[in-house]
Amino acid sequence: MYKKPIKFLLMGLSIFGAATLSALPALSLAADNTIVLGAAVSLTGKYSTNGKHTKNGYDLAIKRVNELGGVKVGAKRYKLKVIYYDDESTPARGAQLAERLISQDHVKFLLGPYSSGLTKAIAPITEKYHIPMVEGNGASVSLFNKGYRYLFATLSTTEYYLKSALELLAEETKKQGKDPSSLRIAMAFENDPFSRDIRQGVLDEAKKYGMKVVVDDKLPPDLSDMTATLTKVRALKPDALLVSGHAKGAALVTRQAHEMHVRPAMIATTHCDSARIAQNQPQAAEGILCASQWDASLNYKGPWFGTASQYAQRFKKAYGYAPPYQGAESSAAVLVFVSAFQRANSLDPTKVRDAISATDMQTFYGNIKFDSTGKNIAKPMVLYQIQDGKYKVVAPTKWANAKVVYPLK
Amino acid sequence: MDNLLILFNAPILSVQLLIDGLLVGAVFALVAYGMALVWGVMNIINIAQGEFVMLGGYVAYYLYRAGIHPLFAIPVAAVLLFILGWALYRSVIYRVVDRDLFTSILATFGLGILLQQLANQLFGADVHIVPSGLHTWTLFGGMVTIAQIKVIACVFALLIGIALIWFLKRSRMGQAIRATAQNARAARIMGVDTTQVYATTFGLNAAICGAAGALVAMIWIIQPYLGLPFTARSFMIVVVAGVGNIGAVFLAGLGLGVAEEFAGFTLGAQFQTAFVFALLVVILVWRRIRLARQRRYLS
Repeated sequence: MYKKPIKFLLMGLSIFGAATLSALPALSLAADNTIVLGAAVSLTGKYSTNGKHTKNGYDLAIKRVNELGGVKVGAKRYKLKVIYYDDESTPARGAQLAERLISQDHVKFLLGPYSSGLTKAIAPITEKYHIPMVEGNGASVSLFNKGYRYLFATLSTTEYYLKSALELLAEETKKQGKDPSSLRIAMAFENDPFSRDIRQGVLDEAKKYGMKVVVDDKLPPDLSDMTATLTKVRALKPDALLVSGHAKGAALVTRQAHEMHVRPAMIATTHCDSARIAQNQPQAAEGILCASQWDASLNYKGPWFGTASQYAQRFKKAYGYAPPYQGAESSAAVLVFVSAFQRANSLDPTKVRDAISATDMQTFYGNIKFDSTGKNIAKPMVLYQIQDGKYKVVAPTKWANAKVVYPLK
Repeated sequence: MDNLLILFNAPILSVQLLIDGLLVGAVFALVAYGMALVWGVMNIINIAQGEFVMLGGYVAYYLYRAGIHPLFAIPVAAVLLFILGWALYRSVIYRVVDRDLFTSILATFGLGILLQQLANQLFGADVHIVPSGLHTWTLFGGMVTIAQIKVIACVFALLIGIALIWFLKRSRMGQAIRATAQNARAARIMGVDTTQVYATTFGLNAAICGAAGALVAMIWIIQPYLGLPFTARSFMIVVVAGVGNIGAVFLAGLGLGVAEEFAGFTLGAQFQTAFVFALLVVILVWRRIRLARQRRYLS
């Protein structure tokens, strides 16, 4: 009886020991021909799935660059390496780890974590130490109005996420010979920084067209039921329903709008791919529009990976699943660093920072060019529609490979 | 305010909210049965209640993936969760069952976090749904819709409630459970194996939660962190209904469901869960006042 607690204690200790050992970085006493990057990513906690996509994206790009001989800086060729820590999906931990990467591991270049919240926690630290950070997963527009000089994002910021849906709506309405200002829209957005930005973008766009917002619900973070909101939508019969509540919101609006026969002319949401609505609920998801940063079918092309679809093949071969955009935008972040090292012809963080700021490149992920605040302004958001159970790109019309079905049946 | 106006202008929406509230309230009640049982018999407030629901949901999900109709997942989830509940009693809960209430709350709270993180590691943080393959009834020209799966869930919750009452009243184990609840020491003297009773009670609780979880997966969504609102709801239901009355638990569950739907509609969805917690505070304060009044009356 008395031995048992000791056994448990020992077991606990050994698990703890194993965990710490595996978390220890391969010491960053890098050989002279290696450039060490650092990243805190979410390997456990609520962002663990997307954290894994992020890490896979980084790893794939690093592997590819090293395979092709590495980065040429001056007369020397360097290989790339990343030190990872698990931020447990908590901002405070992320900030701590960034501090550790910079002051203990002496990392001079940081790749971003997953999510706006984590990026928000880490950005002040990279700023303090003048360490450039290129990230592909912090989309909140609030990251880019703080005057940070060392933060750069490869992805489109949040206010653009659902703007394209309203543009499409206005376009289609004009085609029918009606005035977009007659349109009424319903929105249900989670009350987190990410969705609040999206909401602001939608509101601006609606104002531009003179559309009327008839439902403006905020969803709770632990969203588990949308019946109340959808009942309202059914009563007010708007022309479009826009939803942003991460994967939970996408899965629920798909399921419950179908179940409750709520079918406005357009339903658009974010995070369809992480909610896998086309695969898991093909019938209910038919016709729903989804905002996305990137798609493998797009016509983008660049060095290291070639086209978007070649990147997708490589990713699938390495990890056994098709690349979600979280992976692609992370790979793109590595490519920005590589290009900046080459152009700066130096490994001095400040010079690299200036080179990053001057980036104007084409990649498999789309064009990358940063404005003065550090966000990528060269790449638009794309809009999918689920047609016959498959994701088809329907907007922007320039890269679209299918025609939008409007109005929804 | 606008929302209230909508409700006044289209009274039919109240019917929708009422029906939905009653149906989902039954699922809340189902989760609360077990909490009432464990609380009443073992004097343990099980904070890991919602995590059992979550695990039941994953059982349904994986069975569905294996090609089995998720309705069959209800009994399977119940059996698997019974085993888990039993094992958890034998490994963790029996150490805290006679202790202070605070100790057991901490222990089950820890258990809840452990189960959440394990689920996150094993199943991933993705959101899943399990299609029930059932349809929706429409009434009043499409203004009211009733999902068949919710009706099944409600009937199921009612049947389980009746079965539970029968089990506690009639069966030998049920009698032993009630005897232990009344006085564990006396029951032990009379030859009741209380350890067995506790393990069965805790297993039974997990089993009911597991079955509820399978229904949750078919009605809403599942993900590793869905537990807490279910724990909070069942806690509230049991606080209102008391620990010894399954029928009252069922009714309190229905009431909570309706209140939540109307709160979600009139206050906005973001306050739907917040409303549950706010209501909990109000009820606890009210109970305290009432208790204080009773004490004064007695003394």
